[in-house]
Amino acid sequence: MLDSKIPDGPLADKWDNYKEHVKLVNPGNRKKLDVIVVGTGLAGASCAASLAELGYNVKSFCFQDSPRRAHSVAAQGGVNAAKNYKNDGDSVFRMFSDTIKGGDFRSREANVYRLAECSANLIDQAVAQGVPFAREYGGYLNNRSFGGVQVSRTFYARGQTGQQLLLGAYQALMRQVGSGKVKAYTRHEMLELVVIDGKAKGIITRDLVTGEIERHAANAVVLGTGGYGKVYYLSTLAMGCNSSAIWRAHKKGAYMSGVSWIQFHPTCLPQSGEHQSKLTLMSESLRNDGRIWVPLKPHDDRKAIDIPEAERDYYLERRYPTFGNLAPRDIASRAAKERIDAGCGVGVMKNAVFLDFSKAIKEQGQEKIKEKYSNLFKIYDKINAVNAYEEPMLISPAAHFTMGGLWVDYELMTTIPGLFALGEANFADHGANRLGANSLLQASVDGYFIAPYSIPNYLAGELKAEKITTDHPAFAEAEKTVREQLRNFLTINGRLSADHFHKKLGQLLYNGCGLARSKESLTKTIAEITALRTQFYQDLKITGDEKVNSELEKAGRVADYFDLGLLMCDDALSREESCGAHFREEYQTPDGEALRNDKDYCYVSAWEWKGELEPHELHKEPLVFENVSLTVRSYK
Amino acid sequence: MKIYLKIWRQDSLATAGEMVVYQLDEVSSDMSFLEMLDLLNESLIQKSERVIEFDHDCREGICGQCGVMINGRAHGPLAHTTTCQLHMRSFKDGDTIHIEPFRAAAFPVVRDLKINRHSLDKIIQSGGFISASSGEAPEANGLLISHPVAEAAFDAGSCIGCGACVATCKNSSADLFTSAKITQFALLPQGNIERTERVLAMVDQMDAEGFGHCTNTEACEVECPQEISVLHIARMNYEYSKALLLKRN
Repeated sequence: MLDSKIPDGPLADKWDNYKEHVKLVNPGNRKKLDVIVVGTGLAGASCAASLAELGYNVKSFCFQDSPRRAHSVAAQGGVNAAKNYKNDGDSVFRMFSDTIKGGDFRSREANVYRLAECSANLIDQAVAQGVPFAREYGGYLNNRSFGGVQVSRTFYARGQTGQQLLLGAYQALMRQVGSGKVKAYTRHEMLELVVIDGKAKGIITRDLVTGEIERHAANAVVLGTGGYGKVYYLSTLAMGCNSSAIWRAHKKGAYMSGVSWIQFHPTCLPQSGEHQSKLTLMSESLRNDGRIWVPLKPHDDRKAIDIPEAERDYYLERRYPTFGNLAPRDIASRAAKERIDAGCGVGVMKNAVFLDFSKAIKEQGQEKIKEKYSNLFKIYDKINAVNAYEEPMLISPAAHFTMGGLWVDYELMTTIPGLFALGEANFADHGANRLGANSLLQASVDGYFIAPYSIPNYLAGELKAEKITTDHPAFAEAEKTVREQLRNFLTINGRLSADHFHKKLGQLLYNGCGLARSKESLTKTIAEITALRTQFYQDLKITGDEKVNSELEKAGRVADYFDLGLLMCDDALSREESCGAHFREEYQTPDGEALRNDKDYCYVSAWEWKGELEPHELHKEPLVFENVSLTVRSYK
Repeated sequence: MKIYLKIWRQDSLATAGEMVVYQLDEVSSDMSFLEMLDLLNESLIQKSERVIEFDHDCREGICGQCGVMINGRAHGPLAHTTTCQLHMRSFKDGDTIHIEPFRAAAFPVVRDLKINRHSLDKIIQSGGFISASSGEAPEANGLLISHPVAEAAFDAGSCIGCGACVATCKNSSADLFTSAKITQFALLPQGNIERTERVLAMVDQMDAEGFGHCTNTEACEVECPQEISVLHIARMNYEYSKALLLKRN
């Protein structure tokens, strides 16, 4: 039975109640306790630094060449906080209800409330670290508004909020490394979780330079390893983003939740050819002044400028007159796909829509538009060699953020005692759709403010536990699994590269379990992935040796993506409703909107691994709403 | 288009490296430079050869992990552009492209084009932070910072840590990198308290890591993807001299 460990009491008192009754560890005893933190993004770096500040011994791991490279760095827009600096009616409760609604009522009330409650303090923390947030001329912090809410609660540092927040966390981490409280392992990849007597007790890593397989023991293991949108190959994520840490923990007993809930960002640069490796994100803010359209008639090959006004279809304005071009991400992405599938897509691969600034330029003048978006127009020009002041941009939806991840309770602990999951790696706060500027917030709040209470609460019980060393047979066994898998990859000696399989898998998932899914598409995709997976283990080709070998790294990640992809399809198949980013074609209103089913599906699905190619077992955590009423999202 | 490549191959720091010649016949001008290397690696796998190791991650110019010397220039022919944002349309059919790792004593080669930039992390560890432990921060708007100061701190703080400044400098100096962090915190009131210790520790660490000194060629600013100004180096020197004087008194 899943126990989410929600504290008693009214919603607004739960977190205080929890903190007031949490177990503590005497400062003198903290240095006897070791914690492993995998990942150095906002969640991992902030958690590692905060625990070290408290006096615990921390080992921090990342696969990049420096902790500062983690993909939190790429977040552009901002970070939300209920400061109500603008005096425009914001409050913790309003931020809570916006987030619950944005997630289409598929997240836990208590978790979301805590996120809103801790948000204000995060801004204080970041400012104290020297994060240069935007300021007004009087010296006060500035805010802007962001997707789907009616208040201005987004703090930002130009278009590089993620970079600046991450540098704050990275510097806090470096301070602890310099003082000897954290040992940093860069270019190290976690390849196995070690579980002893049902508790997480360590990890097996591979040194990506020497190739050495290492054992690391600890009293608790924290995964802040990010999301898995890269499963689609083409995505807004970094090339190295992967699911391997959480997936290997999953195979050791940690349940996965909301697996198929993946947000497609509507304003990305479209794929332009088979060679493409990455879909660059263009900030959502462009939709404030850009109008989205496609030609009215399918297969219209004329240039944008040659298509007269009467033959253009401004489909968002047509379908959602109230919100128009500012409809939320899931809605805007799906509407684009609908038009592209109808044959109205534009661009070389007919996979894009126009984002047109001509009206805004006419009304406001080019200078005004330049002032607001010049850096984005510059990026667009750099990548496409096109001047977007003169012709419309081409944009397309791309896989972006995973709401799903490891199931965690209120303490951010997975179903394996002693294993914690933070940030995008867990499923906790965003339900079936994440609101813009909430991801930086969640990663930071998890690491700075929640883990420093909930992890010591667990560690307090570890003081009297038997000290585990890496000589334990469980370490030897986990190491053996890792060595066998690596040897296997190097000896298959087939014909095709890991990238080849990754691209194929991504295509299958995009078509069958992407922006829209159906029983038919999912069943077909499961069969196709299973066949491709079999081919992968027969026909994979890895050249090079066991030392520095990026192909060997990719092979392990792609192997995990196959199993994850299958679970994504199972998860989507089992949920016979549409909610947030999960759009089942069978469950829609007559005018094509998502049709939620609260009677039968108001629960969190938590999947238990049962073995290689065995069906997972589904566990359900019912969602109880006491403070908001379940309503239908409408943006008409 | 057809592209000829001369690429640095080196098994490890312990072995000698050499330039190896490759040829690609079907390069699209829409490809990014790194996608061109992906294409080359795919062909090497087909020939059962070890792939060319190169660093990259976000491929959108912000993580700072990519970076190679292209025809002798850090990050290639375009000013203020990371390697991942360079596209093949910057080259012509039939061009020969020389690709080498960023070279500096403080950036040892890991394999081929991959290097170890741990020395930059060490500089930050020595003092590139404001000591503010989690939970102790005061109310954010309790500290007013004027718009121009916040913007100037941002300009300095936007460094992505790629190391192009070091690679392009004839002295392999990390002055631009170090001075940007020192300026960011020297401008902000939060950074004021540790100002003296910070600049002394960071400059000393820079020397200890084996970086050279600045001789004001300003080459670093030309290549910097974030257009970080060499004026920060002047500020660092000022901060350093002031700190030395304060320490002596």
